[in-house]
Amino acid sequence: MLAEIGIDSVEQLFSGIPEKSRLRRLLDIPKALTEPELIDYFRERAARNAVDYTSFVGGGIYRHHIPIIVDALISRSEFYTAYTPYQAEIAQGTLQAIFEFQTYMAQLSGMEVANASLYDGSTGLAEAVLMAQRVTKKNRFLIARTVHPEYRAVVGTYAKNLGIQIELIDHTPEGGVDLAKLEAALRKDVAAVVVQSPNFFGTIEKTSQISDLAHKHEALSVANVCEAISLGILKPPEGADIVVGEAQSLGVPMSFGGPHVGFLATRDRYVRQMPGRLVGMGKDQSGHGGFVLTLSTREQHIRREKATSNICTNQSLCALMATVYLATVGPRGLREIAEQNILKTDYAVTQIWSRTKHRVLFPGPRFNEFVVELKDDYALRAQRLLKNKIVPGISLSRFYPELGNAVLLCVTETARKEQIDALVQGLA
Amino acid sequence: MNDHQRIATHFSLNERLLFEEGSAGRRGFDLPALDVPSKNISEVIDPSLLRNEIPGMPELSEVDVIRHFTRLSTWNYHIDLGLYPLGSCTMKYNPKINERMARLEGFLLVHPLMPAELIQGALDVQKTLEQCLAEISGMDAVSLQPAAGAHGEMTGLLMIRAWHESRGNPRKKILIPDSAHGTNPASVTISGYVVENVPSNKRGTVDLDHLKKVVNEDVAAIMITNPNTLGVFETEIAEITELMHSRGALVYMDGANLNAMMGITRPGDFGVDVLHINLHKTFTTPHGGGGPGSGPVAVKKILEPFLPYPVVAKKSEGYFFDYDRHQSIGKIKAYNGQFGMHVRALCYILANGPEGLKQVSEVAVLNANYIRAKLKQAYALAYESPSLHEVVFSDRIQARKEVHVWDIGKRLMDYGFHPPTVHFPLIVPGAIMIEPTETESKQELDAFISAMLAIAKEADENPELVTSAPHTTRIGRIDEAAAARKPVLRWRPD
Repeated sequence: MLAEIGIDSVEQLFSGIPEKSRLRRLLDIPKALTEPELIDYFRERAARNAVDYTSFVGGGIYRHHIPIIVDALISRSEFYTAYTPYQAEIAQGTLQAIFEFQTYMAQLSGMEVANASLYDGSTGLAEAVLMAQRVTKKNRFLIARTVHPEYRAVVGTYAKNLGIQIELIDHTPEGGVDLAKLEAALRKDVAAVVVQSPNFFGTIEKTSQISDLAHKHEALSVANVCEAISLGILKPPEGADIVVGEAQSLGVPMSFGGPHVGFLATRDRYVRQMPGRLVGMGKDQSGHGGFVLTLSTREQHIRREKATSNICTNQSLCALMATVYLATVGPRGLREIAEQNILKTDYAVTQIWSRTKHRVLFPGPRFNEFVVELKDDYALRAQRLLKNKIVPGISLSRFYPELGNAVLLCVTETARKEQIDALVQGLA
Repeated sequence: MNDHQRIATHFSLNERLLFEEGSAGRRGFDLPALDVPSKNISEVIDPSLLRNEIPGMPELSEVDVIRHFTRLSTWNYHIDLGLYPLGSCTMKYNPKINERMARLEGFLLVHPLMPAELIQGALDVQKTLEQCLAEISGMDAVSLQPAAGAHGEMTGLLMIRAWHESRGNPRKKILIPDSAHGTNPASVTISGYVVENVPSNKRGTVDLDHLKKVVNEDVAAIMITNPNTLGVFETEIAEITELMHSRGALVYMDGANLNAMMGITRPGDFGVDVLHINLHKTFTTPHGGGGPGSGPVAVKKILEPFLPYPVVAKKSEGYFFDYDRHQSIGKIKAYNGQFGMHVRALCYILANGPEGLKQVSEVAVLNANYIRAKLKQAYALAYESPSLHEVVFSDRIQARKEVHVWDIGKRLMDYGFHPPTVHFPLIVPGAIMIEPTETESKQELDAFISAMLAIAKEADENPELVTSAPHTTRIGRIDEAAAARKPVLRWRPD
């Protein structure tokens, strides 16, 4: 090969790099490990994560059972080692699967159209805010304080330099958006009202009334859904113009926070203002139907600085996980899973009320999360439970200091009755 | 078998949409019976909040689902099947051990909001990867939070803005060479800056003299790709970074092309202040048909206070997420990045070690130059400057017969290859950008070269054969304009 190139050494290939910029030592990183050593290395680290604990931690990432066939299918290298399907002729598998994902997300969210996925729910929400700014050409946003605090933080980071003003709308003692405060803050200059349902406390928001209020003041209604399983039984956010969220619950492992999969769904009339990739149906010259990435004139590789977003990738493989998951559990399975989340959560709430001295804040209705105000210190209580290999939930002191010793707990279909009882006993 | 017989016919099954399959009552999954006292759901939640059946969701058995997606999968080209010559995309083989390690239960089932003492293994993986990436790039600190390359760009630009603001003036503009990726200007916009394009010189590199004229107090930074998108090293990079710094501006580097430089040269050493690294390019995390990616950002000390929070820190009891970062740009994604990709990338780095990574870059550059040498008679080289990991041709010769890059790419499918990157970089009319990566053998490269030479000949002798390609795929070229005019973006029940 060197002779074909016309050089004598590999070193000559780098002659274009000035000597002063060359690294003349080896990189100071660990020496190479063989396969058996790598397996030991990662097993040892994996073992230092406590996955044998009973966990009631939710807060945007949920532990649900994932049918085995999800991993079996996404482990096909035809899917996971394929590139972005820009060359439709040799990427029909990925394209059709994304089209099916778009359809499922539109069905679940009750919207007309959904995109090919976004990085995750938090960046999805930021993109939804920017989209609402494009649609309305207005800059003021009212965001419920019951929206996931980390999502709000991400929106804040995106919004900071784009002339967007954010006002937070407080919640009532019942744990939902304070409609009176929302109405008081609404004026014609509001681009959108942003809420989450079920919200960060697990409470199902009054989305219909919220959307009506927004529309009355010519603002869009943006609804965020962190727990996509809820869409198997709850009405999708009513009256929303954009439904955005996280589909991790649909067959995607928690994996320490990622990769997960954001989705964004909206009305047909806003499709050209959407961020992210879209797959559409098309025909070739012989009339054969197929799928193709479409409306790409919105995207960065065509529009550059005028693009609707700087996003270049979607989360195709995670979208495939969600698609396989939904195909496997089907409409009845999804509803049953959602029902078990509601009933087991209701059981846990009832038991904590009746058997412990702690107070469950907010009356609901709730899906699979709830807030408990501890009568004693969180750290002490947590230490006791941790000794019994139970992780009681997330302390809310960092996010909602005014709630005092409050903990957010999550009970999914994977929690067995005896585990819930052990939690209650530990709290008693 | 000669190289031209690479494609053979084989049955490929047609498959309808999921929504047109199945039958009422079928199911692929059973849930354990409810083990808490049963209640009617309407006793717990007001029925007005509950939805009816979701219309159009199919009911399928496990075998239905397996067959459906297996059939779909056979319609894809993928790296385990063959070479992807995609310039700037670094489509290299994804080692299987990465996949297995990322699927260890101790990684898959871990929640990032658990108490620190229960997530020490995950934090150790993140910290070690940060340290390796910092050493490879010659930088001081790394955030693994960005979800993809473009997300890393935005993160880096926001840190540049925060740094300028901390000195009293955020400035207004970001300079971008005309050869840059489309994500660069889009990321500038989303960071609240304005783009100013800077022209390339006749070598295809940044014009230093022009730069000297335009860098003023409005310029916050230059966003540079090195090696640039022509695969050419910016020979005056040290002078460029010095110039920027002397005028109070910073240097952002798009690290998309890091595969050319591991152990050879380090951005931190030639004056870069912040760069993003695409784990799905250089560090073998799979492309997944368009994601997930992962785009860590690496910074110099001066930018460290502005990193997104939390950062992985260490105290005597062990690692923890440090949220107490008052100068941070904030969060750019919930939690701390695409962890599954972090495991894979670290696995790759540890499998290679310092000698291995250097060899990766050497062979990547060798392979690109081999292709350059073998194809430069048949295809016009865009620039004579020496190539590193990728080479850019133009369709100048073929265009005389009205055969264009898009046609050449489509015809490559008939030879069993994915097309190269075409029409990019924008400064080369009819660009054909080829990056073979180091994981291709000489035999695979020769097969590709032979296909490219055969196409050049066809373009001359029988151009219609090329312009009507592909001829061997499931479907022909889809009319994209028609698809975009009346977009059909979902299935609907009749």
